[in-house]
Amino acid sequence: MLQIFVNANYDLVGKRRWFYLASGGLMLLSLVWIFFVGGLNYGIDFTGGALLQVRYDKPASVDLVRRGLEEIKLGNAVIQQFGDVQEYLIRLPQGGEKPDQLSKQVQDALAKVAGSRVEMRRIEFVGPQVGRDLQLQALYAVLAGMAGILIYVALRFHFRDGVISVVAIAHDVVVTLGALSVTQREMSLPVLAALLTIVGYSINDTIVVFDRIRESRGKGFRKGQTLGELVNTAMNQTLSRTLLTAFTTFLAALILFIYGGEVLRDFAFALVVGVVTGTYSSIAAASLVMDWETWSRARARAGGKAPAKAKA
Amino acid sequence: MTRRLWLRIGIVAVVAAVAVFYLYPPKKTINLGLDLQGGIHLVLGVDIDKALQVQTERAGDTVRAALEKKGVGVKSVERRGTTELAVQLASPQAWADAQPVLKDLPIFDVKEADQAAGRLVLSMRAREVASQREWFVKQGLETIRNRVDQFGVTEPSIQQQGDNRILVQLPGVQDPDRAKALIGKTALLEFKLVNDGASVEQAVAGQAPPGSELLYQRRVDKQTKEERRVPFVVEKKALLTGADVANARVSIDQNTSEPYVSLELTGTGGRVFADLTSANVGRRLAIVLDGNLYSAPVIRERIPSGQAQITGGFTSEEATDLAIVLRAGALPAPVQILEERTVGPSLGADSIRKGIVSSAAAAIAVVLFMLVYYRLSGLVADVALALNLLILLAAMAGFHATLTLPGIAGVVLTIGMAVDTNILIFERIREELRSGKTVRAAIEAGFTRAFRTVIDTHVTVLVSATILYQFGTGPVKGFAVTLAIGLLASLFTAVFFTRLVFDLIYMRGRRVESISI
Repeated sequence: MLQIFVNANYDLVGKRRWFYLASGGLMLLSLVWIFFVGGLNYGIDFTGGALLQVRYDKPASVDLVRRGLEEIKLGNAVIQQFGDVQEYLIRLPQGGEKPDQLSKQVQDALAKVAGSRVEMRRIEFVGPQVGRDLQLQALYAVLAGMAGILIYVALRFHFRDGVISVVAIAHDVVVTLGALSVTQREMSLPVLAALLTIVGYSINDTIVVFDRIRESRGKGFRKGQTLGELVNTAMNQTLSRTLLTAFTTFLAALILFIYGGEVLRDFAFALVVGVVTGTYSSIAAASLVMDWETWSRARARAGGKAPAKAKA
Repeated sequence: MTRRLWLRIGIVAVVAAVAVFYLYPPKKTINLGLDLQGGIHLVLGVDIDKALQVQTERAGDTVRAALEKKGVGVKSVERRGTTELAVQLASPQAWADAQPVLKDLPIFDVKEADQAAGRLVLSMRAREVASQREWFVKQGLETIRNRVDQFGVTEPSIQQQGDNRILVQLPGVQDPDRAKALIGKTALLEFKLVNDGASVEQAVAGQAPPGSELLYQRRVDKQTKEERRVPFVVEKKALLTGADVANARVSIDQNTSEPYVSLELTGTGGRVFADLTSANVGRRLAIVLDGNLYSAPVIRERIPSGQAQITGGFTSEEATDLAIVLRAGALPAPVQILEERTVGPSLGADSIRKGIVSSAAAAIAVVLFMLVYYRLSGLVADVALALNLLILLAAMAGFHATLTLPGIAGVVLTIGMAVDTNILIFERIREELRSGKTVRAAIEAGFTRAFRTVIDTHVTVLVSATILYQFGTGPVKGFAVTLAIGLLASLFTAVFFTRLVFDLIYMRGRRVESISI
């Protein structure tokens, strides 16, 4: 029988400060990178503008595309090779006066300069107003997702667990955004969809551990067992399934990243990062449960009240 | 076997059969999104304020006419803001005479009144404004639908989005630019008399005589393809509009073999046309579409037939499209493209190919992993996964959901996530076995205990998918849909179906010593 971590007995709770440090550090690093170094590379979904994907019927170059665009005074466009040497992405900050004629103009100009046929494979135009609307909506969507999960976890487990879940989710989202910023991948609608999926999925590992902690408590503490030991045992017992479930999803996301094509690449990248961060952040999250409770008990004692009874 | 077991086998068989029924044949039943089959996705903004301004200006003419009919002199009627009219009477003495007229105005209320100056402001009633706004969008939707129908697109989708947006989806359109021009054209057709007495030079300098305006005619030189703009001074008042057109057809001029659009006017329109042609023989009648002058032929005689034509050096495509928009009618309010996503058919085909490759690769990887790690139980999970995918695709066919490229990504992710449930259950069974339970007790405990966790993990992802669906546009919605259906299906396949198979293998008859997990 193939097994991993059968009788795992790592002192995860004892090393929790390292996990806090790693998670907190990564989060801080991501935030610093997003706000002060790389920023987020918002795509036209959020900024407004136009994106054209063109395919020449023979090999071309970025320079050739640029010369074509200069014909119609669009030399300031951002041009990027997309896939092979025949295919290019052109990004324009705005659609110009008449966005409905832009694609035709570009197609004619490129074909004329290159002396070859040019196929317009994709045209996306997003008006500035729509982009602004989307930026706000995107933020609301992520916040609403977190709020939904906060409520659910708080109802099913404990308010404390809900709050910790949301902290863990925030960590996963921020680190994923950080990875997007470092690699300068584009924030588009599909990437946002990936972020929302991470919100719902990355918390699963944490829930598996929470569930086990609750179950162990229901059975009662063993003689002389501290809360820390109970949490640590729960984490070790669920370690294999946490890693295995994440692994299959990671595998699927990785395959999308490799074979899904250029259009889905950024989306898949966000998922891959989110699945990984979601897995390791669950260790810090479970440890937080313990620290929170120890802290609130200590506070209760200091306040002269009877120690709060551990809630099952 | 117990009757309950038979019942459960029956349920699984029925679900599988229904799924196959809905899915067959797959090419016809699965609805591909625009990003996979190619096509245009447009979000149009209806410029309601602009239309209201035009409406208000037109109402201003009516107000002036009503006042003058009662013998009240009017110095000026001007639009203020979007829905207000500032009326300046010729003299304050006429104030009393004006009051009954103003009271009877159907859609305006008097907002400010300055009797001493003979000045007042009329404001369109809020209810009227609201109903106009609604009408502009509804009518716009209807008009665009008519145009698209006549353009001949299979399975177009035209819907209102929010208060003042219209979503148009046209699958498989080959010429996006033409389609956009056809949909976005306001197509306001007007017949106006040319003001031959006015000086064109002065009008170009910005001094058109009152009641007249400057319009341009575009002329394209056939050889050099150069464009010239010829100025005309025409009277502002439209004598006939597109509303008076009953039918429009493309015809070919026998002499020049150039296509033109021939118009057939309505009964009323025909009478007005007959009157106006007889009253203005020798003058030029300008045919204006969306503020561009197309032609300005001289009226030679009274035209009683109710037939008119628009020439202007059209290509046959342009003439066809013009006839379509004139038949379908003008948009009551101008529209503007707020968002466009066009995917060429070849890119769509590419995406499908890549989607199939990654789905297959993910399926193979996950299936192999489960087989190697859980052996016979892994095989059961793999069959459950296959059943899950079958149900997922059938549900999409059944609900007429659209499969988009992100939707395919949702399928791939579902492959990864659906087996999670089985992993949770199997790990639990292994754990129970290690703690010394018998095979049957371990299975029993594994399913029961893991179930709670499974529900929790499903709900959180479903919360995300729901929000994503609420928030997302076309393709992203498709992702949310596949993800949600896949997850719900996995509750059935990974829990109900797997349990059934385990029960069949391990829970019947003789003692079971070992389990392959």
